[in-house]
Amino acid sequence: MTAPLLSIRDLHLSMSSYDGKAHVLNGIDLTVNRGEIWGLVGESGCGKSLTGLSISQLLPSPPADYMAGEIMLEGRDMLKLPRPELQKLRGNRIGMIFQDPTTNLNPAFRIGDQLVDVALAAARWKPGILDCPPGAGRSERKRAARKLARDMLERVGIPDAGMRLDSYPHQFSGGMRQRVLIAMALIGRPDLLIADEPTTALDVSVQAQILKLLKGCVADYDMGVILITHNLGVVAETCSHVAVMYAGNIVESGPVAAVIERPEHPYTRALMASIPTRDTRRGMLRGLAGSVPNLITPPPGCRFAPRCPHATAACMTGVPAPVRVGRDHAAACIHAKEPETAHV
Amino acid sequence: MSEIMLEIDDVSKIYAGKRGMFGRSHMVEALKHVSLSVRRGESFGLVGESGSGKTTLTRSILQLERPTSGRVLFEGMDLGQLSTAEMRWLRARIQIVFQDPYASLNPRMSVHDIVTEPMLIHRETLGLNRRQRTERAVELLSLVGLGAQHLYRHPHEFSGGQRQRICIARALAPGPDLLVLDEPTSALDVSVQAQVLNLLCELQDKLGLTYFFISHDLGVVRYLCDRLALIYRGEIVEQGDCASVFDAPETEYARALIGAMPEVKVPPAA
Ligand SMILES: Nc1ncnc2c1ncn2[C@@H]1O[C@H](COP(=O)(O)OP(=O)(O)O)[C@@H](O)[C@H]1O
Ligand SMILES: Nc1ncnc2c1ncn2[C@@H]1O[C@H](COP(=O)(O)OP(=O)(O)O)[C@@H](O)[C@H]1O
Ligand SMILES: [Mg+2]
Ligand SMILES: [Mg+2]
Repeated sequence: MTAPLLSIRDLHLSMSSYDGKAHVLNGIDLTVNRGEIWGLVGESGCGKSLTGLSISQLLPSPPADYMAGEIMLEGRDMLKLPRPELQKLRGNRIGMIFQDPTTNLNPAFRIGDQLVDVALAAARWKPGILDCPPGAGRSERKRAARKLARDMLERVGIPDAGMRLDSYPHQFSGGMRQRVLIAMALIGRPDLLIADEPTTALDVSVQAQILKLLKGCVADYDMGVILITHNLGVVAETCSHVAVMYAGNIVESGPVAAVIERPEHPYTRALMASIPTRDTRRGMLRGLAGSVPNLITPPPGCRFAPRCPHATAACMTGVPAPVRVGRDHAAACIHAKEPETAHV
Repeated sequence: MSEIMLEIDDVSKIYAGKRGMFGRSHMVEALKHVSLSVRRGESFGLVGESGSGKTTLTRSILQLERPTSGRVLFEGMDLGQLSTAEMRWLRARIQIVFQDPYASLNPRMSVHDIVTEPMLIHRETLGLNRRQRTERAVELLSLVGLGAQHLYRHPHEFSGGQRQRICIARALAPGPDLLVLDEPTSALDVSVQAQVLNLLCELQDKLGLTYFFISHDLGVVRYLCDRLALIYRGEIVEQGDCASVFDAPETEYARALIGAMPEVKVPPAA
């Protein structure tokens, strides 16, 4: 059996700040295979972005301190790789998209030149992406990279892509800049794409188009994707799998259909109950009182217990281990039960 | 019962001379012959993508923007024709809550000062002295689910949801009849959004408020609103009762939007 694309085991991360040391990732386990789109959901402050940044090793230490665990990318531990190796991996195998497009495009350079640079750098390790004969000269490679840049802009739905290559970032709207960043993340054909709230700032129709594009790319390039979002609707529409995060733990994970049809963790249920459906009567939205705890002094035991309607004394003792509740479906709750085998 | 409180009558707004992508200046028709009416006590939803003209319409209602043509009527009065004194009185009756609870609260002011400021601005209409203003601030805070212990704290000490509650308390301070809510929950987590939506329902029942609720989230509008209008590139493409628009949309645009709504429903507990 080949190693999974990404396998995170028992990852613990703390972040130091002025107020103290926060235990922000508290034993994360996550496996992503090629062809899978994992939605990472949860309220803000639950550790979704830090999980993404840990995979790509973009957190400076200090403040970041990895206290335990491993992050294996096809069998190699990102936490143990020397810097040059890491940079190579980051540039070529891991693509990243962040929420705010203004911070990630260089305002001084034309869009096309920025895309061409990324494509040429990636082609050093993956010559195939340029579609050039071996031994092609520099100018030929550059021409091919420019064609690839235009194709990618077209794929992400930018009209007149050929002309737009010569535009500067400020000439694009926010939605267009976000599409450019998506093109930039995909142009090097990464094996793993980490997209952190890539469509949160976009309109519903643009969002739908971009999510469709992501799905298409997963199929075409056989990538794995981690899609960080706080929108369960987006997860339901786009993802094959979902991991629900609460206060530094993955509290439930599994195939999207299973988790949404049979959520077993009270937090997952509460998140779902917060979204009005067509049958929700006025004033009857259930929601979830309280807020994500401070992680400098997190509650003992299950971190969700203080907000959980089903919490018992037993919940305060020790972090609950994931319980298998269905095929590939687990919930980290001491009240979750393994179903009868006939059920699975 | 179905008395009309706010009427937008054939309003158009053209912005002239904004520089375009290639340096040409062109006109932006931000609103094209928009007509709609909001009844007393109802929640009216306005749904559209960014750039469709929602904020321009809101600014026209608040008279921060003069329509190029058409009229805005509040209880039958043409807002374009009011005297300064009438306008001041009106400003107390129409209040707004913005999308971003972080940007819309002055970080240097205490909650007390934030919530009592509109009472000071409208002191001629309200006639409250200093002590009464503080008392009213405490009342308003408890109405939105906060307490007297929060009175002398500053915005940075609050979560996003709590800040939006403070914004709502501030909007309620001059005793308005109409609340314009411009994407009030878009920046919040779903769990917090649910709390704020429930608060809005509760406040409407208690105070008999009328809501003009702007959103890009159809699910939220379906939950909160009685009627809605869909705006696309400055034009109202469809409006009606929520129930009928959602069950039998008449335009292609409405059908596409409604068709794209994801449904996430919690199954009954096992
Ligand atoms: N640079 C940092 N220093 C200290 N704490 C941080 C830092 N970045 C994030 N945190 C804390 O870590 C927790 C998780 O943050 P994050 O991963 O950004 O959450 P999410 O993406 O789920 O909203 C939060 O409590 C946040 O305050
Ligand atoms: N002050 C202004 N000058 C020129 N154009 C404007 C101005 N304000 C808004 N617009 C344009 O009017 C249109 C509608 O904008 P807006 O009402 O802000 O939309 P929404 O709130 O639905 O996102 C957009 O094309 C916007 O660029
Ligand atoms: Mg984040
Ligand atoms: Mg707006």
